[in-house]
Order: sequence, then structure tokens, then C-alpha cells
Amino acid sequence: MNATLCRIALVLLTLAGAAQAAPKVEDTMAQRMQACTGCHGPQGRAASDGYYPRIAGKPAGYLYNQLLSFRDGRRQYGLMNNLLAPLTDDYLQEIAAHFAQLELPYPPPQPATAGVDVLTRGETLVLKGDAALRVPACIACHGAALMGVAPSVPALIGMPRDYLNAQLGAWRAGSRHAMAPDCMAQVAQRLAPSDISALSQWLAAQTVPASAKPATTLPAPLPLPCGGVPGSPR
Amino acid sequence: MTRSLLRFAAVVLVVGALLVALIAWLNVRGEEPLDTAASTAPASPEQIERGAYLARAGNCLGCHTERGGAVYAGGRGVPTPFGTVFAPNLTPDATHGLGQWTAAEFWRALHHGRARDGRLLYPAFPYPNYTRVTRADSDAIFAYLRSLPAVAQANRPHELQFPFNQQAALAVWRALYFRPAAPEADATRSAEWNRGAYLVDGLGHCNACHASRNALGATATPLDLAGGLIPVQNWYAPSLASPLEAGVADWADADVVALLKTGVSARGAVMGPMSEVVSGSTQHLSDPDLRAMAAYLKALPPSDATRAPGSPAPADGPGAKLYDKHCAQCHGDQGEGAPGAYPALAGSRAVTMTSAANLVHVVLEGGFPPATAGNPRPYGMPPFATVLSNEDVAALLTHLRGSWGNRAAPVSAVDVGRFRNAK
Repeated sequence: MNATLCRIALVLLTLAGAAQAAPKVEDTMAQRMQACTGCHGPQGRAASDGYYPRIAGKPAGYLYNQLLSFRDGRRQYGLMNNLLAPLTDDYLQEIAAHFAQLELPYPPPQPATAGVDVLTRGETLVLKGDAALRVPACIACHGAALMGVAPSVPALIGMPRDYLNAQLGAWRAGSRHAMAPDCMAQVAQRLAPSDISALSQWLAAQTVPASAKPATTLPAPLPLPCGGVPGSPR
Repeated sequence: MTRSLLRFAAVVLVVGALLVALIAWLNVRGEEPLDTAASTAPASPEQIERGAYLARAGNCLGCHTERGGAVYAGGRGVPTPFGTVFAPNLTPDATHGLGQWTAAEFWRALHHGRARDGRLLYPAFPYPNYTRVTRADSDAIFAYLRSLPAVAQANRPHELQFPFNQQAALAVWRALYFRPAAPEADATRSAEWNRGAYLVDGLGHCNACHASRNALGATATPLDLAGGLIPVQNWYAPSLASPLEAGVADWADADVVALLKTGVSARGAVMGPMSEVVSGSTQHLSDPDLRAMAAYLKALPPSDATRAPGSPAPADGPGAKLYDKHCAQCHGDQGEGAPGAYPALAGSRAVTMTSAANLVHVVLEGGFPPATAGNPRPYGMPPFATVLSNEDVAALLTHLRGSWGNRAAPVSAVDVGRFRNAK
């Protein structure tokens, strides 16, 4: 009798244990997007000390254009190209919308490692541009707060220095492309490698204010035509 | 002395000439003169629609469209051990595409593997399979391609090493390995089985991946489906006949249909290069055609698969620790998975089959099953290439292959390195 009871208890316990062990799967985008957060950080809020960029809170149109570019080969990064290859436009749009609507605090900035001259050059390029090089100020497109402009222009602050360097370098070298006309490629090709380094140093060292969000309208008409940006001059 | 040398030279010449004649004859055997008269009839909308469907069944788009490029304008490279073959423009452009082709010339390309100008075509274009396609289906595909917008995109020349870039080398290959075939029905089998055979062995060209290839890139037998490592990509296309790999003899028809239609099923999900096949081809096929493919695949004679036995993995080794940290949250403490989202690893043939190539790819590169009409929002797996060393991946995979009743051979760091560096 006792033995039978024990056996029943044991079976019940085992069943309970098995039920507890079963992975909990939620029917949510956050659950589906675990493929992304491995590199881009929990919920897509990557820290500023790594390589992978933050995706949480970026404008949805910008994220969607990047997802399309990785899937269709305009941007080259093997892991992203492979991961997105079997996904449809509709799903990529939903993924972009999911990460865009996340409102999460930003990590502290990355202290600059360059001297004052370099940082001054970076700041000048960001705020004023360089007329001699025909380089517009970053803020002319990316917004006065550098938090980007919805729906298609991304923020430039809150990102790792290495990532900024790599992206500007890739545009300059012609290995990253945006939809034509590719305004960022034109800008990057007018910059010297030392300018790119100065920009990345200054931008990565900026603090992102609490509750900062992309601007809703462009400060002025874009200084040059950009593909994938609604309202861009042709 | 000189006379015997001369005689020897004459014999060599004659034998050589005979061999060349034989190879030349083997390359055009069974060809009838091109019939141009039949190609003048305009295509009907029904024929064009039928052609669009058949082009899906053949996944023509998969190669003849570059990533992000104009539809059917060509340009995608097919990597082979002999170099890269670039798929040409199939739009009706007069200079670069099929603008000047006739239906008879198109059929000759599918059936005999020759271009409009008579050049021999590389079998990266799977005419050893398409040779079984009927003339009516070939004409429908041609009518569909002719209905597309013309794109003036120049064809990219193949990048093949000598001697594989020579027509003579191709002629020898064809003499050895290619034989035009008529689409023949097997009267001893059902109509459904025959339709399945036509789709799997013909248009679907499944054995382009699911078969091993010899040193010259030819499959062992023309319609072998016994599995093989896909050259250059180094994903393993499992045997469709083996009960230890991807044989479906004991699957319900509905599970085979679900896998091909949605990319996921109660018995497993597709990954890697097969995702592309489901996305571009099989998800668009009708249920009767998918059931026919299932009937044919289920009836394949089972291969006597054996596998190297493994031993149980220690429950507290480094692999077990890595599993708990990175995998258990989704795949479960006992490798039981979560239906519809994360595949079970316990009892999974994808985990236990002899080749660990796909496991290495999946752990390093992650992935989503294809987003299809039937599974539009798939759950994804993160890549671990930047997190786990070759030793880590080997320990983890050895753990998967020796736990929860799985008993497959361990994986070494050298194996992992071989597939990590492949691209």
C-alpha cells in the first residue's frame, strides 16, 4: 500500500518536473526575435562598448530599409545576409516595427580616446560640415539632436565607435550601399579616413538624453537626394 | 624503326579521330532537327499561367535572379569545385535574353542541354533532370518567360578553371554522364507516383543537391537521392531514402506536404539551402502535386543505412554546461523543443545523422525557417559564431548527439573548423 502510494507520488512528481522543464514559448515578436538579440543585446539595446549597433528605438523605415538591404545584398555582413535570406517583405516590416517601438534607456557613452584637435574636427563636421569638401553637417539630415528623423533617417549617437568607423569606412570603400541615390556613399567618399575617425570619436562620446527619440520632421529639405527617404529631393 | 613509329602515329590518329567522332555523336544523339514551324502560335493566358507554375516547380528563379536583382535577369553565380557558373538572363530581351529564341530551341536547351547557337551548356543548369520534362511543359515555361518584361542586363561570363572552361571538356563529360531521356511513365505505378517522380526527378531536380558527386561533379546514378555534401556551400543534403536521415517512408503524407508547403511540420523544419527551395518553389505548388511528391518519396527503396555508434555524453561535461547556458531556454532541458517554434533535439535525425555539417552551420550561423504563407512569422535561432569557439561547438554538439537517448558519434573541433571556414 505504502509502496503504491510512493510510486504514485513519484510519478506525479516526475510529471510535474517534466511540465516545469518544458520551455515556455510566448506567441510574441520578442520571442520570435531571439535570433537578433544574441548580438544586438537584450531587446536590441546593445551596449556601446561592443561592435553590434543598437536597433531598439531606431526609426521603423530605416530599420526596414536595412533589413531589405541585408537580405538583398546591398549591405554585406555574412551572418545578417544568411539570417534574413528566407524572410518576406511583410515579416521584415513587422520586425522593423517591433524594434522601432521599443523605448529603452541608452547605455552611457564611450569616453573618447583621441586628442582635442581630433574631437574639435569631429564636432565641426557634425554641426557645420565642411563646405570645401562639399560635406553637409550631419545634423542637416540626422536632426539637431542627432537622434534621427522618422521614418527613415537613423540616430548617430548611442552607438559603438567601432561600428560607426566600420560603416563610414564601408560606404567610403563602396562595400555598403543604400537605396539609390546613395547620399551617404557620396558624403563618405568626400571624407578623409582621419575625418571618419574624428566623427566616430566625437559621436560615440555623446550622451543620449533620457527619453530621446527620433525627430518627427526634417529640420530643412535634405541637402542632397537620398533613396529610401520620403520627401527627399530627386 | 621510322616505319613502326609512323604506323603507331597513324593508329593513334585513327583511334583519336574515332574517339572524337564518338564523343561528338554521343553529344547529339537522339536530337531531331529543330522544328521551327510549331513555334509561331501565340501563347494563351492559360499556357502562360501554367508556365509560371511549372517555372516555380523547377525553381528557375532561384538561380536566374541575382539577390536583390531584376526578376529572371540572371547574374547569380552557382559555385562549383571547378569555378563559378553564372545563370543567364531569361527575360525576352533580344540581345541578352531569350528574345530571339524559339520554343524549339528552348526545348533543346532543356532536353539536350544545348544553347541557341548549339553550344554545350554546363550541367549546373540541371538539364540531366530537365531532360525528362515534356515538350508541352517546356513550351508553357517558354511562353511564360516570353511574357515577362524584358531586362537589358548583360550575361556574366562563367569563371571556370582550365580545362573546365573548354567546350571539348564539356563534350567529354556529357559523353560520360549525360543521356537525354524521354518522360516515361511507369505503368506498374499509380498516376500519383508517376506525377511525383516527374516533379522530384524532373523539374524539381532534387538530386542536384540530395546526391553525392564524383570527382567530375557527376551524380553516382542519374536519379540517386542518397544524400550528399553540397559542393562549396558544404551543407549536407540528407538522403531522402535513408530512415536515419531524411527518408519519409514512415511519415504521414500530411507531414511531408506541410514541410514542403510551409517549411515546418510535426516531424521537423527545413533549414539552410532547403529554405530557399521551400520559399521559391515548393510552397507555391498545389496540394495534389505535393501529395504526389510525398507518394514518390515515401516509396523510395529504403537504403540500408548504418551509422557509427556513439556513447552517452556525460551529464555534467562542458557540452552540458554550454547547452544549459545557450540552448535549454528554447530547446528544453531534455531537448524536447517547443512544437511550432523550436525543434526537438532528442530523437532528431537532424542531430544524429552521420554528417554533422548542418549542425555546425546552424549553431554558428543561426537561422529562421522560411517565412511562407503557411508559417509567415517563423521563430528564429541566433548565430553563435562570435560567441563559441570550435572547441565549444564540438563539445556542445557531442552533448546533443549523446544525450536524451541520442547515440551518435562525437564531433571534433577539427570538424567544426572545416565547416566554419567554408563559405
